[in-house]
Amino acid sequence: MKRVYKMEDLDCPNCAAEMERALAKLEGVEAVNVNFMGCRLTLEADEQRFDEIMKRVVKTCRKIEPDCRILL
Amino acid sequence: MKFSDLSRKEKKNLIRILAALMLFTAVFAADKAVGLDTVFAGAYGWLLPFACYLAVYLLIGYDVLLRAVRNIFRGRVFDENFLMCTATLGAFALAVSRGAAGQPIVGFDEACAVLLFYQVGEFFQSYATGKSRRSISTLMDIRPDYANLKRGEGIEKVDPADVKIGEIIVVNPGEKIPLDGTIVRGAAVLDTKALTGESLPREALCGTSVISGSVNLSSQIEIKVEKLFYDSTVSKILELVENASGRKSKAENFITKFARWYTPAVVAAALLLAVIPGFLTGMWSVWVYRALSFLVVSCPCALVISVPLSFFAGIGAASRYGILVKGSNYLEQFNKSKIFVFDKTGTLTKGTFSVVKISPAERADEILRLAAAAEGGSSHPIAVSIAARYGKPIEEGFVPTVEPGEGVAAFRGGETVYCGNEKLMRRHGISFIPENGIGTVVYVAKNGEFIGSLLIADEIKPESKTVVGELNAMGCRTVMLTGDNEAIAAAVSQEIGVSGYKASLLPQNKVEEVEKLMKEKKSGETLCFIGDGINDAPVLMRSDIGIAMGGVGSDAAIEASDIVLMNDNLTALPLAKRIARKTMSIVFQNITFSIAVKLAILILSAFGLAGMGFAVFGDVGVAVIAILNAMRVNTKYKIS
Repeated sequence: MKRVYKMEDLDCPNCAAEMERALAKLEGVEAVNVNFMGCRLTLEADEQRFDEIMKRVVKTCRKIEPDCRILL
Repeated sequence: MKFSDLSRKEKKNLIRILAALMLFTAVFAADKAVGLDTVFAGAYGWLLPFACYLAVYLLIGYDVLLRAVRNIFRGRVFDENFLMCTATLGAFALAVSRGAAGQPIVGFDEACAVLLFYQVGEFFQSYATGKSRRSISTLMDIRPDYANLKRGEGIEKVDPADVKIGEIIVVNPGEKIPLDGTIVRGAAVLDTKALTGESLPREALCGTSVISGSVNLSSQIEIKVEKLFYDSTVSKILELVENASGRKSKAENFITKFARWYTPAVVAAALLLAVIPGFLTGMWSVWVYRALSFLVVSCPCALVISVPLSFFAGIGAASRYGILVKGSNYLEQFNKSKIFVFDKTGTLTKGTFSVVKISPAERADEILRLAAAAEGGSSHPIAVSIAARYGKPIEEGFVPTVEPGEGVAAFRGGETVYCGNEKLMRRHGISFIPENGIGTVVYVAKNGEFIGSLLIADEIKPESKTVVGELNAMGCRTVMLTGDNEAIAAAVSQEIGVSGYKASLLPQNKVEEVEKLMKEKKSGETLCFIGDGINDAPVLMRSDIGIAMGGVGSDAAIEASDIVLMNDNLTALPLAKRIARKTMSIVFQNITFSIAVKLAILILSAFGLAGMGFAVFGDVGVAVIAILNAMRVNTKYKIS
């Protein structure tokens, strides 16, 4: 399943790239794209476990850039 | 600036900056008025101002300090937080060392001011980035927020992503169509401006397929969904435009490389500046201070943020006119385009046959009436074009007989109508006025008497001539490729004014021709191929920049091309060229401006002519100016 989320306070292009790399490594994530200009996170992951994967995604993002929030 | 426009973090920071500013003013005023270091006499008098300023410093800079520490642990040493901390803490340390040595206290206030200034700059930078993002994304505001799904008797508002194929959605007047589908009830006038740049609304009747992103202007319609949200036109377009910033241009790669070397180089220079003259002159505090100013300007953020932003603004501006650019690199290359290769049919011409000339013009109605009647309901392209031009119900009662290779003869009562080429006229001994225009000529005769002729041709698009003329005037070479014969190609190319043409080409020959032309171009120039996406995918891929026209709904063309003109109108080409030129000139301005200011500040501070406050301007001030400059890409462009 593929979902697009809005992000807030994504202030540096570098962090966006770093987030993308980290998220791609998460287990269960099939494809991910963090778009700095559009402030959007596109996530493709296993439909059955989507909520659980999403929780880990949020946690990982917070670790890299504590200011940035994913609007659910 | 509206407070409600700010994000949560920006609001928090704004309040913090204002609070710190007030506290700083209070401490600073008290210091200047009474001299905080003289309140308590003795060797430790400097502790009071130190404590006061430290409070201000921590209030304004605690997040910078935290981030610097965190990033060091994650192996990113030379980031701007670290540099700011080193610079300001260094200034603090200098002041403390002077205080401990019994010298008069200077420097605490400056360290705080620098950090305060830095935070103000950061705030503006974040605000400007956010604002430009918003202004661009409102242009691309085609993303539907909800769909009215019909379930049983009721209507439910759901996320478009949850609608399945075959379900029925309701679109009210004023709403965006959320998913691609076919109208199953009602009819409406649709505004596709956001998708194609076409300002004329389009009428859609029951049974027509509609694309997501169009706005319903007139009345309620029901649509049977045919594509999932993520496969719908609107998602495809947004994905394309938003991911366009992922394909980096040369300018962006240059910046990334520059940034990688710039920061360590400036930090190394700062170190040398502190140590060598310090040793030679012994005036450590002076040189350390100058070196700290170096650290402040060592951050390349102005460049790192403004260059991609300029490209993004350019791509956003183009998309507003129905021009989808698939990457920053294509915008950059398009600015250097010198050879434009056009496919003829469907690109320079409409690709459909139509009646272009009727002679004699005063008998047009009679000629068309007879020709349409004689051709009857034939589905031959010539017959279709005549019927279309006639536009009225075709007279009945004629019995047509096909005369192979010549035309038709039709009979009704005592009437005989001949409708065909020269051979038909000659065979029946009818004298006729020859028509020498380029195309297919149909002569019409009734009862042995010549009535007139129709010239039928693939009609040249009304804007082709001006667009080609404009491109020629820009110093570009324009070449037309066609499968038609030499005579037609010569006539059409003369009419349009292209600088060259190649006729009688099979689809595979087109690739060869493009390759030949690619060899002829000078280095640094690029070749564009413009086609309608039918049969020319290989050429689109082979050329430097493949431009497909009329992209709405044609996935293959979108896949194969680098730039998609959503509208079937060629005027988008010179427009795209102007947008590309403006984008590149602003990118160039930003790069030179940022580097020049930074270099100037480096030199001035090395000689002690610029203080740390000035250096902060060189850092965040330049970034804000560059961001504002980048937004100039996104202005109104003239459509020729």
